[in-house]
Amino acid sequence: MVIPAVPPVLYLILSGILFTVGMIGAITRRNAIIVFMSIEMMLNAVNLTFITCARFLQTMDGVLFAFFVMVVAAAEAAVGLAIFVLLYRSRETINVDEINLLKW
Amino acid sequence: MSENVINLFQWLIFLGVAFTSILTSLLVITRKNPIHSALCLVLTFLCVAVLYLLLRSQFIAIIQVVVYAGAIVMLIVFVLMLLDLEEELRSGLKLLYSKVIGGVLAVLFLFGIFYAVIATPLTGKTGPYTPDHLTNNVRVVGEVLFTQYLFPFEIASILLVAAIVGAVVLSKKTR
Repeated sequence: MVIPAVPPVLYLILSGILFTVGMIGAITRRNAIIVFMSIEMMLNAVNLTFITCARFLQTMDGVLFAFFVMVVAAAEAAVGLAIFVLLYRSRETINVDEINLLKW
Repeated sequence: MSENVINLFQWLIFLGVAFTSILTSLLVITRKNPIHSALCLVLTFLCVAVLYLLLRSQFIAIIQVVVYAGAIVMLIVFVLMLLDLEEELRSGLKLLYSKVIGGVLAVLFLFGIFYAVIATPLTGKTGPYTPDHLTNNVRVVGEVLFTQYLFPFEIASILLVAAIVGAVVLSKKTR
């Protein structure tokens, strides 16, 4: 009896599930920081897809793309969290339902 | 025989890590306390790092642990503790119908992903990087990064500098 290796389809399905869970979180939660965490989770799922395709197509481009996605995620985390702190300072809330003005 | 043992362990690790990551990701979006969500998010990121190891990209796995599970989540926890959110913001269980519509749309999207993944197999021209070639993963990544992807690398450094300056300017107290 020969046990096959883990097929790439399972990795892609897992990545899809993680992406969908992140999407549900980003749509349904009202706390801006939880929405932010869900977006990070979606970025992670996309990275998993990149790495899976890179591994099973035996190329390096997917790995480098995942690297750049991480760079962008780090920059986004710094600026986004600074914006949340600023919002909290001026509005006393980070509920995304109450933040509906570009200028106040 | 040894191939069988290796594949069996790969299956065991993959299934365990997959279920843990799905469970913790569900915990992230359902916990009421944002700190608990952030700690579950660390666990999700670590599970994905183990998956990267299974896919033989050790470099990305290490970066995942250091940057995501270390730096980004630590920043999130810092901001959560700075903001001192009140109880009503934690629960936020109003507007139920919009949540139901959003959830149904997201599940339909998931079925779309399943269909796309299962219907079309992973085809394409395979490159030169076979798994045996990847035993020194960091070196291969560095070679590609500093030759073929040199210009995006420089752009990324500029982006990071801009993000640092932007964060400092935004969170400065006096204008």
